[in-house]
Amino acid sequence: MNREILNARRLLCPLPVIRTQNKIKEMRPGAHLEVICTDPGVMQDIPAWCRIHGHTVLETHSGNHEYVILIEVGGQNG
Amino acid sequence: MNTQRKAVALISGGLDSMLAAKTVMDQGIHVEGINFFTGFCVEGHTHAIREKDRAKPKRNNSLWVAEQLGIKLHIIDVIEEYKNVLINPKHGYGAHLNPCLDCKIFMVNKAKQWIAENGFDFIITGEVIGQRPMSQRKDTMPVVARESGADDLLLRPLCARNLTPTLPEREGWIDREKLHDFSGRSRKPQMEMAERYGFHEYSQPAGGCCFLTDKNYSAKLADLWQAHGHKDYELDDVMLLKVGRHIRPAPHFKLIVAREEGEGRFLQGYRKEFVSMAATSHNGPLVLIDGSPSAEDLYLAAGITARYGQGREAEQVDVKITDKDGLERTLRVKPLAKELPQEWYI
Ligand code: SF4
Repeated sequence: MNREILNARRLLCPLPVIRTQNKIKEMRPGAHLEVICTDPGVMQDIPAWCRIHGHTVLETHSGNHEYVILIEVGGQNG
Repeated sequence: MNTQRKAVALISGGLDSMLAAKTVMDQGIHVEGINFFTGFCVEGHTHAIREKDRAKPKRNNSLWVAEQLGIKLHIIDVIEEYKNVLINPKHGYGAHLNPCLDCKIFMVNKAKQWIAENGFDFIITGEVIGQRPMSQRKDTMPVVARESGADDLLLRPLCARNLTPTLPEREGWIDREKLHDFSGRSRKPQMEMAERYGFHEYSQPAGGCCFLTDKNYSAKLADLWQAHGHKDYELDDVMLLKVGRHIRPAPHFKLIVAREEGEGRFLQGYRKEFVSMAATSHNGPLVLIDGSPSAEDLYLAAGITARYGQGREAEQVDVKITDKDGLERTLRVKPLAKELPQEWYI
């Protein structure tokens, strides 16, 4: 499976959302993006952004002050 | 067949832009939202730093608005370009360092570029005549339209009937009669409208959409500019102004003292850019030193660092100083007397 990783550590919201948005723009539907952050706000903001734009959050987990979100790019990317 | 007209709405996360977008959506227009991140937006970031706020992360209101409306939201990083707006505002500042009129002109201009690139027809904002003292006055609203270059592609649905008809109205894409004629500072019409639409948990930031309308924040920014000898900043400066206690014992250096664990962890991330200190003989906060302190100044700073830790009553405290390259040394100091001069606090 085509999976890319986005390092958004030390960025504060909404910058991780902006980086995710810009990265996903370059990706194909069905591809996976793993975003690694340190701002806990992403656990709300990135899923909200994904819902609006039709992408799916496959998994979220956190530990050691890091928050990881796995996204599947939606079919209507753009 | 009629062409499906498309509008982009400037979404701040507040109620007015939400209602403006909704008004236009109700007329069958395809609406998407746009939100500009200047680095000073109230949305996001501060809640991520302090430990007590991490437990209850605050939602991002512009995303919330977009989700309520069922529209896409494009968040655009304008940090770099915004510097010129804040540093050289043609129309000056508001009550604090908020360049609201130039800011609006800048954002509408960016939206105009965006619609040209994305094949949209016009721009919507939630402005209301007389609502805000600087950017939303009868005489300044045409300035925004003109100087942004958006001209009659800029529709303000909440007060359109008090303004000259715009292109979307004249072309019949929008029925002017179904737009509104709000004016003045009253929030009542907006609240009634929100009630009608069933929007309940909307946010109502008191001062405006950014930190620049905040007196204390603006004072810290003004202090930073004065210390640098010119108006300039990086995003990190903007973030650091929101974190910790800022203490300036002399014009050429200041201390940023973490107030709790979350802030300490955040400041840790800046240890390669600043000289840092922390007590080692006692528990105490991480402190960053900004500026160009002399050896004597560092001694004073160590005394202040000691004062904010558990060794504040001790005769002597060991304070470790780490320079930007990671070189460490320890000073043994007497913690500074209990109260620092009030004028040192920024
Ligand atoms: S409050 Fe801040 S973001 Fe809003 S218009 Fe004024 S300067 Fe711009």
